[in-house]
Amino acid sequence: MYGSGILAGLGVTLKHFIDSYVDDLKFLGQRYYNPASLNQRQGTRGKGVFTVQFPEEKLPTPERFRFIPFLLYDEKPDGTHDDRCTSCGICAKVCPPQCIWIKRSNDPVTGRPVPQPAAFYIDIDICMNCGYCAEYCPFDAIKMDHDYELASFDRTSAHIFDKQKLDKPVAYYASLRPTDYAAEELVRAEEEAKKAAKKADAASKAAAPVAV
Amino acid sequence: MSATAPTVAAVPANLAEHFPAGVVADTRKGYEGYVVGAAQLLQVAGAIRDKLGYNYLSSVTGVDYPESNQIEVVYHAFKTSGGPGLNFKVQADRNDPVVPSLVGLYPGAEFQEREIFDMYGVRFDGHPDLRRILMWDGFAGYPLRKDWKEPFFEEDLKPFASRWPGGDVRRSEESDPFGANVQYPPEFDPYEWTPETETAIYKLIQPKAGNGNGGHLKTDKLIVNIGPQHPSTHGVFRMVVVLDGETVVDLKPVMGYLHRNHEKIGERNTFLQNMPYTDRLDYLASMSNNHAYALSVERLMGVKVPERAEYLRVLMVELTRICSHMWAIGFLLNDLGAFQTPALYAIKERELILDFFEATAGSRMMCNYMRFGGVSRDLPAALRDENTMDFLRDLVNNRLSYAIDELDRFLTHSEILRSRCIGVGVLPAEKAIAYSAAGPLLRASGVDYDLRRADPYSIYDRFDFNVCTRPNGDVYDRYLVRIDEMRESVRICQQVVAGMPTGGEILAGKPQYNVRVPAGESYGRVENPKGELGFYVVSTGKTNPWRYHVRAPSFVNLTLLGEVCKGHKIADVVVILGSIDIVLGEVDR
Repeated sequence: MYGSGILAGLGVTLKHFIDSYVDDLKFLGQRYYNPASLNQRQGTRGKGVFTVQFPEEKLPTPERFRFIPFLLYDEKPDGTHDDRCTSCGICAKVCPPQCIWIKRSNDPVTGRPVPQPAAFYIDIDICMNCGYCAEYCPFDAIKMDHDYELASFDRTSAHIFDKQKLDKPVAYYASLRPTDYAAEELVRAEEEAKKAAKKADAASKAAAPVAV
Repeated sequence: MSATAPTVAAVPANLAEHFPAGVVADTRKGYEGYVVGAAQLLQVAGAIRDKLGYNYLSSVTGVDYPESNQIEVVYHAFKTSGGPGLNFKVQADRNDPVVPSLVGLYPGAEFQEREIFDMYGVRFDGHPDLRRILMWDGFAGYPLRKDWKEPFFEEDLKPFASRWPGGDVRRSEESDPFGANVQYPPEFDPYEWTPETETAIYKLIQPKAGNGNGGHLKTDKLIVNIGPQHPSTHGVFRMVVVLDGETVVDLKPVMGYLHRNHEKIGERNTFLQNMPYTDRLDYLASMSNNHAYALSVERLMGVKVPERAEYLRVLMVELTRICSHMWAIGFLLNDLGAFQTPALYAIKERELILDFFEATAGSRMMCNYMRFGGVSRDLPAALRDENTMDFLRDLVNNRLSYAIDELDRFLTHSEILRSRCIGVGVLPAEKAIAYSAAGPLLRASGVDYDLRRADPYSIYDRFDFNVCTRPNGDVYDRYLVRIDEMRESVRICQQVVAGMPTGGEILAGKPQYNVRVPAGESYGRVENPKGELGFYVVSTGKTNPWRYHVRAPSFVNLTLLGEVCKGHKIADVVVILGSIDIVLGEVDR
């Protein structure tokens, strides 16, 4: 029958229309601003509309979500910061749009390079959020952030992040990416143990009387 | 050489014997194919097409070799019956490069030759419409030549020395203001100058204008510009249309508004740095772009991709295909006037897939997921409150096939859709091949050519799926092919999820940030949702590619737009463009 195709199509629309209310009934007014409902709404079991009431309600960012790098520091017991960055420059070299500037510090006495950055800049206007810096950093010193709300009134100086703005504690990283953090700490602990064993080994060898 | 990478080897041994005068085998290290003399090119190409059966000219591109003072034009021809291709080159003097045009033999070369003219200044003898295509007409210089420098030029190759160890931050626009590297043509006066492209384009189509359509109505011929700012052009794309009443007499696409010299950026980048840039080509299918680029570089490197990584790649790429086709169908309906409802139903499913990409790769659209020799991350343990594998099983076994069936029920038999699409924009099979059409466009014209089957790459030879074709080559058939292909993609995804090895490596070797790629050339191609996506990469053995060319399916598919639109109503032009499914990030590069 002519027109049956349109009618069948309208049937699909009607079904979608009804489905958008089924979730409402199920959650009885708790459809929005409710994490349990959000998971259902946005998942494979969600039948109704996917709408999120932004900005009151936000999609949770998955752990691996990447947006603008930041630098990690360990907090020492006395409250001072211990930068993980050694200013090796791998992130600046691998960065595809070349948005990372690193100034290496030198020892004032010997003039030799010291494994610590004197300055660290990231131009977030240029950063393309590829995540290479975090991926290839051998010291787990630079990681990708989750904070995507970066609008500002000034695009010149405010969009060049310096070390002070980039520095964040390891605890912050651990809260963003608990799984990655745990895995990395495991590897770090293993390496530490290996190093310690080597040292102990060397020390015991040195201490042992030399057989004549 | 990796066994799974696409190969363009195994050339017929007799080509050089056939033409002893003008053809020699390319013996440079890592290169393949033949070098043809410019004088013999037409004859040789004719024989390649008619006698050897390489009827599909996939890619035409240029490479600059200032050391030997030559510009090389590289052709990659394939057979639509499948199998490896044939690669032949013509060398031209860099100071005055002239090469005969192949448009007469392969009309699909038209835009690609114009691009080479635009980027390298190679003049193609006998080209019907040799104008700049991506750059504006008042532009001086040839941007892909090695000695050309862009505004804000800093250094030839990345990484730049100013970044480390003495990284004093500066914004390029402050330290190197726009100017030093900007060149204008001699005697250029911005107030007096009228863009030649405009006059040329109107001149080209003007003679055909005139009064009367031969019928009983007296009609005026009218030139209408659709775009560049027009919602139906899917971006900044312009069509200059000559109308007789409402009927299209002639149509010329104008593009380049989104041009950013992607290929030059790619040649400044290291090999690895290009990966996130490929995301920005066809930004609806970043996983496929990653895949094609990875394949072409892996072919040079000779890496074997681990089993699990191959499965992950295929899974990602097929999900991308579903996304992209959903988008194409949804917005085809938008172009037809069914505003937003079908589009939103379609991209709702896309949302789930993008969530999965975000959880795995870290980004929804700019995935940057693949690396040379594998992928960057394994699947996450959980996606929101669900186990990832459970989510995937649910997605590919239930949700997606249901959604596709629903879309089918919603649209396919709709009388409105049928009357607007059937018989519109018909593209016969021979023409589709001649114009180097690719992807759903080609298969809707009844050509059984899908790279996953015709020239299998990755692990596609293991999966059971059909190559979807339709016989009529109209807009409706392109729509149906996309629906069918989504079903096949779901089937592949089901097989991947069922057969994926648990655990195991996802990257061959150690992660390396500065890969050295052996010298040579490589053309890696994949079946992108939009068609054949190829990367032509030339390496000199260093860390940066010497040449990085993207054979963009959207760009090449536009070659036939004017041809297909002729004789249809102006409202159908929008629909035909929608059925070709272009993404301007890839067209303009």
